[in-house]
Amino acid sequence: MAGLATSFGSGAMTNSINEIPNAEVMFVIGSNTTEAHPVIGTKMRQALAKGAKLIVVDPRCIDLAEQADVWLRLRPGTDIALVNGIMHIILAKGWEDRGFIAERTEGFEKLKETLQKYTPEYTSQITGVPAEQLEEAARIYATAERAQIFYTLGITEHSCGTDNVLSLANLSMLTGHIGKESTGVNPLRGQNNVQGACDMGALPNVYPGYQQVSNPEVRAKFEAAWGVPLDPNPGFMIPDMFDAAVNKQLRALYIMGEDPVMTDADANHVRKGLKALDFLVVQEIFLSETALLADVVLPGASFAEKTGTVTNTERRFQMVNQAIKPLGNAKPDGEIICELANRMGYPFPYASSAEVMEEIAQLTPQFAGISHERLGTQGLQWPVPTADHPGTKFLHKGKFNRGKGLFVPCENQLPHEQPDKEYPLLLNTGRKLSHYNVFTQSSEGLIKNSPEELAELNPIDAKQIGISDGDVVKVASRRGELNTKVKVTERVPAGMLFMTLHYAGSPTNVLTNGAYDKVTKTYEYKVCGVKVSKL
Amino acid sequence: MEWFTITIDGREVSVPKGTTVLEACRMNNIPVPTLCHDPELTPSGACRLCVVQIEGMRNLPPSCVTQVAQGMKIETQNPKVRAARKTILELLVANHPLDCMTCEKMGNCSLAEYAYEYGVKGDVFAGEKRDLPVDNANPFIIRDPNKCILCGKCIKACTEIQGKSRLDFSFRGFNTQVGPAYNIPLNESDCDFCGSCVSVCPVGALTEKQMAGKGRPWEVTKVQTTCPFCGVGCNFDLNVKDGQVIGVTSNPQAPVNGKALCVKGRFGMDMIYSSRRVTTPLIRKDGVLVPAEWDEALDLVASKFREIKDAYGPNALAALSSAHCTNEENYLMQKFMRAVIGTNNVDHCART
Ligand code: SF4
Ligand code: SF4
Ligand code: SF4
Ligand code: FES
Repeated sequence: MAGLATSFGSGAMTNSINEIPNAEVMFVIGSNTTEAHPVIGTKMRQALAKGAKLIVVDPRCIDLAEQADVWLRLRPGTDIALVNGIMHIILAKGWEDRGFIAERTEGFEKLKETLQKYTPEYTSQITGVPAEQLEEAARIYATAERAQIFYTLGITEHSCGTDNVLSLANLSMLTGHIGKESTGVNPLRGQNNVQGACDMGALPNVYPGYQQVSNPEVRAKFEAAWGVPLDPNPGFMIPDMFDAAVNKQLRALYIMGEDPVMTDADANHVRKGLKALDFLVVQEIFLSETALLADVVLPGASFAEKTGTVTNTERRFQMVNQAIKPLGNAKPDGEIICELANRMGYPFPYASSAEVMEEIAQLTPQFAGISHERLGTQGLQWPVPTADHPGTKFLHKGKFNRGKGLFVPCENQLPHEQPDKEYPLLLNTGRKLSHYNVFTQSSEGLIKNSPEELAELNPIDAKQIGISDGDVVKVASRRGELNTKVKVTERVPAGMLFMTLHYAGSPTNVLTNGAYDKVTKTYEYKVCGVKVSKL
Repeated sequence: MEWFTITIDGREVSVPKGTTVLEACRMNNIPVPTLCHDPELTPSGACRLCVVQIEGMRNLPPSCVTQVAQGMKIETQNPKVRAARKTILELLVANHPLDCMTCEKMGNCSLAEYAYEYGVKGDVFAGEKRDLPVDNANPFIIRDPNKCILCGKCIKACTEIQGKSRLDFSFRGFNTQVGPAYNIPLNESDCDFCGSCVSVCPVGALTEKQMAGKGRPWEVTKVQTTCPFCGVGCNFDLNVKDGQVIGVTSNPQAPVNGKALCVKGRFGMDMIYSSRRVTTPLIRKDGVLVPAEWDEALDLVASKFREIKDAYGPNALAALSSAHCTNEENYLMQKFMRAVIGTNNVDHCART
């Protein structure tokens, strides 16, 4: 988020999902799209069937790698070097878009300086990718008319996540591959409403629509609308919250619809933070690991039991329509919040979620033209500034949100924790097709189809440790340990262990690292040192 | 765009160049039966049920693969056309099992619908019935090859929508079957269980296992909604009977995905009724969570929040909002923290 907002002035996916089937070149980095965003994977395969070219950057042999024109199997955590290396080649060959750079960007000279040392040889040395492959990828991407970059957690879940994203933005601007149909930089959002939660200001520094809490004019607008004085200082980000709980700065936490014990890096630290609180309220549809620690559990309603909107990864507001009554005594989360506000002496008098949407539209220029009525069956892609605006298919046409696009040069940075003698394997985490985080663990059908963790390990390492396919092993990091079944496969390179985040029986996040990105404070889920031993 | 004027059943209409005769009919609400056609798939002209008569053509051409031409005169319902369609249906029904009473597809089956419309009873050709094993080994899809009419739509859906090509014809003649290579069960193939094949099958050869025995199409209300699992934002129809969600079917109007879905969206909705659901407020008393009334729980939360705010200030409270909740709920949560509690301590777990 932070990366693209710095470069372009907006952190959202620039293009639309249905521009994918017409792609000419797709550059997929740190995204196992076919498993994490299956129907986008489907659209990518449709593009391939029509002759699109595919560049895949991933240490694992993901499904898309098998269909790629070039597969760059980089060492984990060396993405910046790889992208810098590709840009070095583009400049050396004169494949950059000079007109675009001159007219629409700033900061190019500094970038050029930084790129100088990323020669193919140097880049190859850091990333482990042969120079010819780097050149091939540079040629395919830079010389295309229309080229799209796709990335997800594999890029952002590093301690240098923001710089990874800035590098990709640099690459797109260098070649003028932005602001056109089927051409841009596309972060694929994970959960169904990550985009919406950000858009709505469920962030410590911004109100809805990314309006800064520290901006006096903005704050005055919200103070007038809400009728109370507002705090000008940004609040705690997630990792800070758990630290603050441990040192008693934070006393109460209200968690809605999240299970940080299962999903946040360094689960033991999270547990410690939650236990240190005076009062923990968890509002959830499942009795999750986090709910089990609560003082009060408030039962929310599932998506089938309520009406409202969610925003997908391509900025499309869409309706969630109530199909059944809430189960048992459950209530829609919105209603619960309203009842709490009423009890605390600040009435939330909304008769329906449609009325809440009206208030959102009034206070947020980029959603001003959105209403439940207009969304209907097709939804609308923001920005939608007026009631007759048709929505926006792709961003930055003719001009960036921030005016000129900004090149921010980045240097390669090593992950916080590298494998060493004691913890010689690198743990990499990700998603599996039939599950999404821990949520799908409540579907019997999906569990039957994919019942347990299968950690992936290369045959070379398996042989050395003396284990074989299907064995149960112990995995330990500096922070915790767990047992898991292993699948021995060449999908992972030697030296790597791959696990998912889906299973309570093998809670991967007891292993992962609580180190986080300096800007977004996104945890470094992707890289940490572990050791595997026989049971 | 170039427009052609054509005549369908005596009615003059204009349609853009490049339109098929079938599309021209559908644009003008003139019904033509089809079995192998789907607007999301390339046409194959395999079933020939969509035949029409076109002036100046000797045979009856299938309308789904015939392009309109200027001045074309088309008849969609004359006796010759209807007789040809009836023969095709007679042949299909001849070796189709007639256990429609218990078939999952009943009420939504194109073959049964057209057999009814054309008065086909299955007594014209004495066909041999097949007795092939039903593939029921996976949790999601029941494949009954005995009911397959070999229209080939599932093959195209797997290739063109899902990009997988898991299905194909195997064997020949009367023994022809459609399924994974070597006719292995779906769960032993590389099938993703996206269910695209199920969504296009016109008969009961491919059906959703989770919905088996749960309700008839005419008892079901369909509610379009957005998938709760990932950021793609696929839309589909929740199928509701007697206030219960019994399953999911594709909604061809879905703006992002059309008929395509993945295994989670199509087959993961039993999570609504998971035994892990909490459906009543719980309060910790003497160390254990015990059921409580809403009023008691809400009063307790409100008074505790107030107490902590008074003692330690608003910044001693924080909230985690949710990427699983709606926009409105996220809005309310941040407004609650900012305006009611008085702190900017609000974040959510998935900022990326
Ligand atoms: S479920 Fe999907 S992948 Fe499997 S056979 Fe059907 S269309 Fe193909
Ligand atoms: S299984 Fe269904 S869709 Fe596939 S060929 Fe048979 S009838 Fe057609
Ligand atoms: S159906 Fe699958 S791809 Fe589509 S939104 Fe749901 S989980 Fe994502
Ligand atoms: S629908 Fe035209 S040939 Fe089958």
